[in-house]
Amino acid sequence: MASLLHQIQHQSVTIAAPLPLDSGQILPSVTIAYQSYGTLAADRANAVLVCHALTGDQYVASDHPATGKPGWWARMVGPGKPIDTDRYFVLCANVLGSCMGSSGPASPDAATGAPLGMHFPVITIADMVRAQAMLLDHLGIDRLHAVVGGSMGGMQALAWTAHYPERLGSAIVIASAARHSAQNIAFHEVGRQAIMADPDWQDGQYYGSRRAPAKGLAVARMAAHITYLSEAGLTEKFGRRLQARDIKSFGFDADFQIESYLRHQGLAFTDRFDANAYLYITRAMDYFDLADAHDGRLAGAFTGAKDVRFTLVSFDTDWLYPTAESRRIVQALQSVGAAASFVELSAPFGHDSFLLDVPALDRLVAGALGSGG
Amino acid sequence: MALRPDLAIIAGAVPSGARALDIGCGDGELMAALRDKGVDARGLEIDPANVTAAIARGQSVVQGDANRDLADYPGDAFDYAILSQTLQTTERPDRVVDELLRIAPRAFVSFPNFAHWRIRLALLWGGRMPVTRLIPVAWYATPNIHHVTVSDFRDLLREKGIAVEAAWYLSGDKPTSDAAASWRAEHAIFLISRT
Repeated sequence: MASLLHQIQHQSVTIAAPLPLDSGQILPSVTIAYQSYGTLAADRANAVLVCHALTGDQYVASDHPATGKPGWWARMVGPGKPIDTDRYFVLCANVLGSCMGSSGPASPDAATGAPLGMHFPVITIADMVRAQAMLLDHLGIDRLHAVVGGSMGGMQALAWTAHYPERLGSAIVIASAARHSAQNIAFHEVGRQAIMADPDWQDGQYYGSRRAPAKGLAVARMAAHITYLSEAGLTEKFGRRLQARDIKSFGFDADFQIESYLRHQGLAFTDRFDANAYLYITRAMDYFDLADAHDGRLAGAFTGAKDVRFTLVSFDTDWLYPTAESRRIVQALQSVGAAASFVELSAPFGHDSFLLDVPALDRLVAGALGSGG
Repeated sequence: MALRPDLAIIAGAVPSGARALDIGCGDGELMAALRDKGVDARGLEIDPANVTAAIARGQSVVQGDANRDLADYPGDAFDYAILSQTLQTTERPDRVVDELLRIAPRAFVSFPNFAHWRIRLALLWGGRMPVTRLIPVAWYATPNIHHVTVSDFRDLLREKGIAVEAAWYLSGDKPTSDAAASWRAEHAIFLISRT
């Protein structure tokens, strides 16, 4: 239930300065929840910002307060790990619009104290990045050694290079894209419609009602989850095997293992995520197109980033953000003479590969971080 | 570990402070030597394991194919383009040479000389495609699809009106003369430039 989710206390700061948004609206103040690991050096030059993906959060290397599960990138971030917290001060902030302590649709209206719901303004990836920059200002960090992110986290890293190139040593962008494709938008729209079609959604004002659109959110998660995996991975893991039965039921129970798996993934998700936050963040991703502000020329977004070292990684089984999207970014970077590295790694897990055990990715991230800045 | 002799020559000849693109850079061996002397070196490499190794060493390397992806670089993006032991693997070496001198005013091109006397003898007496130190793979598995000789390359440059600023010829790891290069050089390195 979303109401339980919103009772968790997160470490956060509230910055009283207004945040002007891409939509033209203004957030009068911003609350940003974050986690940090390691020690900020005396010269403040060892900060690494890790940006999380759509349904991720700031608990990158610590146990999740709602599920008790290890952090989503615990294998990457920690002492002696590729993003080495013995060397770097690692910061991960919950994105604007999310439900893990940052300003979002569950935040109270300043005037009435009631949750904003759909009165929360529509935000963009650039708005998320502006909020992160405000957090860095608050912490007294002028410049990041590196910004690192996968999927939507990679979009934020790219937005950093476009909006604050002078504040970055390097950017590591994994399984991501500089724009959302029609197909990406289409899948997100399926998810949003599932949420909004749930009668418990109540136009987004479900917070005090003891009802939340858990069914709609679960369906949204199921649809999205399919896009995170590869066909080969699904076939290997599930095939057409039946779930806890020997014969088909000729009904609509979860006969197949894949059905049972998706239902479980969908339901489990509703314990740790808010439906309205899902609407807002998917919308932010759909609006994302770095070339927009430069007459459709992606290279225009990187003209200020010639001194940023870029490292881009794609996975050969990722059909959500395929290699061609990373290549497009690399071409734009080459055309402005930026220092770019790019490799397509082979991994069986589809888009989710960036979260899973791919040793080559570990070596890459460690190497790219060591040389940055 | 010492640099391969042709790479050592190239590393010695690129001035510090220059911008260089190493095409077919492998795991970044030459780029590391270039970086040590203050060259801003970038790489292009087709094999993802090599690209991963080079990035892990802190190099800027893009996974790509010299046949296709040189077109992504703007004109004069670099001071030097470097193509070592790769020309003979490209689909159209002549077009690759054009691309090299588009993205940089000067280029190093090095290749195993197919007219080396050992190869001539192997063909003459054995009647078989030679497998040598520099061409170590059997004919059916070799990536070298356009074997080239010193004379062939000189002819190509002449046809295209490309200038040779310097040339080095190696027999074993030792230099050999310009005049004897055609049959004595196992390996040739040209520094070419637009005229």
